[in-house]
Amino acid sequence: MANVATETAKAPKTSKDWDMAAIAPFIALALLLALGYFANPNFMTSANLLNVVTRSSFIAVIALGATYVITSGGLDLSVGAMLAFVASLMILFLNSGTVADPALALVAGMALAIAIGAACGLANGLITTIGRIEPFIATLGTMGIYRGLTTWLSQGGAITVRDRDILALYRPVYSGSFVGVPVPIIVIFVTAAIAAFVLYRTRYGRHVTAVGSNEDVARYSGISINRVRTVTYVIQGLCVAVAVLLYVPRLGSTSATTGSFWELQAITAVVVGGTALRGGVGRIWGTICGAFILEIVGNIMLLSNFVSEYLIGAIQGAIIIIAMLVQRSLMRR
Amino acid sequence: MPLFEATGLSKTFGIVEVLKDININVRAGEVHAIIGENGAGKSTLMKIIAGNQPPTRGEMRIDGETVTFSGPVDAEHRGIVLVHQEILLAPDLTVAQNIYLGRELHKGVFIDDRAMNEGAAKAVRGLGSDIDPNTIVSRLSIAQRQLVQIARVLLVPHRIVIFDEPTASLTPHETDALLKVIRQIRAKGVGVLYISHRLPEVKEIADRVTVLRDGRLVASHDVSELQSADMARLMVGRDVAKLYPDRHAAEARETVLEVEHLNVPGYAQDASFQLKKGEILGFAGLVGAGRTELMEGMVGLRTSRGVVRHLGKPVNFKDVHASLKAGIVYLSEDRKGKGLLLTKDLIVNLTLASLGKFIGALQIDRKRESAALDKAIRDFDIRTGRKDILAGQLSGGNQQKLLLAKMMLLDPSIVIIDEPTRGIDIGNKEQIYKFIAKLAEEGRSIIVVSSEMPELIGICDRILVMRSGRIVGEVTGDHMNENEIVVLATGATKEEAA
Ligand SMILES: Nc1ncnc2c1ncn2[C@@H]1O[C@H](COP(=O)(O)OP(=O)(O)OP(=O)(O)O)[C@@H](O)[C@H]1O
Ligand SMILES: [Mg+2]
Repeated sequence: MANVATETAKAPKTSKDWDMAAIAPFIALALLLALGYFANPNFMTSANLLNVVTRSSFIAVIALGATYVITSGGLDLSVGAMLAFVASLMILFLNSGTVADPALALVAGMALAIAIGAACGLANGLITTIGRIEPFIATLGTMGIYRGLTTWLSQGGAITVRDRDILALYRPVYSGSFVGVPVPIIVIFVTAAIAAFVLYRTRYGRHVTAVGSNEDVARYSGISINRVRTVTYVIQGLCVAVAVLLYVPRLGSTSATTGSFWELQAITAVVVGGTALRGGVGRIWGTICGAFILEIVGNIMLLSNFVSEYLIGAIQGAIIIIAMLVQRSLMRR
Repeated sequence: MPLFEATGLSKTFGIVEVLKDININVRAGEVHAIIGENGAGKSTLMKIIAGNQPPTRGEMRIDGETVTFSGPVDAEHRGIVLVHQEILLAPDLTVAQNIYLGRELHKGVFIDDRAMNEGAAKAVRGLGSDIDPNTIVSRLSIAQRQLVQIARVLLVPHRIVIFDEPTASLTPHETDALLKVIRQIRAKGVGVLYISHRLPEVKEIADRVTVLRDGRLVASHDVSELQSADMARLMVGRDVAKLYPDRHAAEARETVLEVEHLNVPGYAQDASFQLKKGEILGFAGLVGAGRTELMEGMVGLRTSRGVVRHLGKPVNFKDVHASLKAGIVYLSEDRKGKGLLLTKDLIVNLTLASLGKFIGALQIDRKRESAALDKAIRDFDIRTGRKDILAGQLSGGNQQKLLLAKMMLLDPSIVIIDEPTRGIDIGNKEQIYKFIAKLAEEGRSIIVVSSEMPELIGICDRILVMRSGRIVGEVTGDHMNENEIVVLATGATKEEAA
């Protein structure tokens, strides 16, 4: 199970299906890149590609958490609203002037965002496990709560970072780069590497897969299902918090509609990446690939003139359906 | 001319050839039994005949006409139906809904529930059971599910019926009813292919017996030419003279587990018993007597009330993690549903309960895991062509050995095994009994829950009998015989039971 892609390369599994399901998203990405290349000469420039990947960072990082939740057999619809909520609280804290020194205030604000993200995730986890409410319903409820609280905090308008010093200090976290690579891209790959390590190489990751694969077997093996599931939601909350840390410096502001429909995009990225929606099979790098695919599709539509960019949502919707069909046909054979 | 005939059938998975050049036929109005060790290829052969898998090579003929099947439905149209070894039912639907799934009865545009319930009730009654057709399948025991599955298949118009270990989880009563049904359909001129590991039963029902070993057909005889012992020898390739290992009479030993007035709400009441070090304690009873639930309550898999003392200390396991930590393992009777992750590979399954032992600096040590698999394959004689297959691709018997290996990695002091040899061939049974005896010799204590009385009598020091959720008696020494157990298990008098 660990490193399906690399391991199957050296020792083909009994059923070819597994290999194909793992490789399919990468093939799709390659085809898409080729398409972009022919659609517009500006597409394949490093400036454009770096820009696209940078913009995919929010969804990519959120989708990493979603990969855990879904692999363990859960679902989290609240992530978009959670992002808006955490971001709003973070900005309100930065604006409150509780900490005078801008650098310290920023660090404290970031720590606060992480803590709130984890707490929101924990709430989701406890409601679904201890409260025994279907994850779909539970997180639909918390989605309403987080979104409503955000609207209330912003009084229907925007919440903006007021302190210019803090903003100046914070901006490079989104727009800066390190040895030529934009910081968000580094964040994507570092978080993904950690996520892959934990999911494929550690006891906890093995337990996540086992719980999603067959809850009874996991329970009879002495694994605490509730603990494993709850922690996946906390991981999801942490991922949302990391996305917040990237999001706030981008515009320095949030509103009641921040992160709308991001939960759908995150789930799409996960599914397009080859993770099974019924749980039991998680593909971290596939998820990252899925997030790239979503952003690149939008980018190609912007750059080319054959399809109106107002149709982006429709195309993304079509992608998830196609991905499911492909997955299904690969499983059947 | 035989009804069905196959010549030169071969099947290869990857590089492993699991069936080699099989010639087999079925005549109208006969029961043709297929026997063989776990992994011999019986189920694979049946799946090919029923169109679930294509053969790699070979030809199949019905009434002399060559056929190829595009899938199981295609084979059904030709009159070939298969009762799978695995239970394939929709757990959230009712018995009647499952039996009629995909061929619901209609009254105009509406589904005719009444007719389906009546039809289903009749079908299960014919199999000697009184399951209510409105019951949700997930509430049924494995034996009951097996009956529903048989009822479902027999409803399809058929000329050839294939039964793949239909009786593995049935008690004698239900087995008799099924054998009666099989005789009825045989009398109608249907051809029956019948797989079982219970050789006396094969002797009783079959007209002809074909033996597979390692994917090859090694013998085919009229049943009158073979005794059970001959069948066992042909299957295993050696004499299986003594199924049960010798055991030394137990000396006075310390008590390791004491259960007092344990209640598992809805299943078991007021159960009290003791388990001694190095002892093998059996639990007998009819299906539904509450044996499994009592064990599950004891190890924290179900809520229970009462006192459980382990080595003199009161322990009330609130979850199974706690009992595993105390060195008490429970091997579920439902190895596919609760024992193994069928879609994961062997290593993941083997180490799942004891991953803590395989953690290196930070991460799981894959080398140590794969060494453990090698050792398990050796120690438990798990037969598999390759080590990287999924657990679900192992034959039933080998799955049981993998489950044993998985739980033994925890190095438990108390081992509870529920139906240790269900669906397991005679050679493997012998091995598993030997293994259980060895565990006891090493000073571990064993509880065996089983519906097979000969096996309890053969390996246990003492047998407790349960009836309707209560422990109703104990048999030891000279009293360990089937008659005594049946009397206790059914509540009948000795005369009735005899
Ligand atoms: N899809 C598959 N891929 C690889 N190997 C397989 C697959 N299905 C079955 N096998 C292998 O084929 C062999 C025969 O399996 P089969 O299930 O037919 O045995 P069986 O005789 O029915 O055993 P049992 O008595 O335990 O049911 C086994 O070694 C099994 O591991
Ligand atoms: Mg079989």
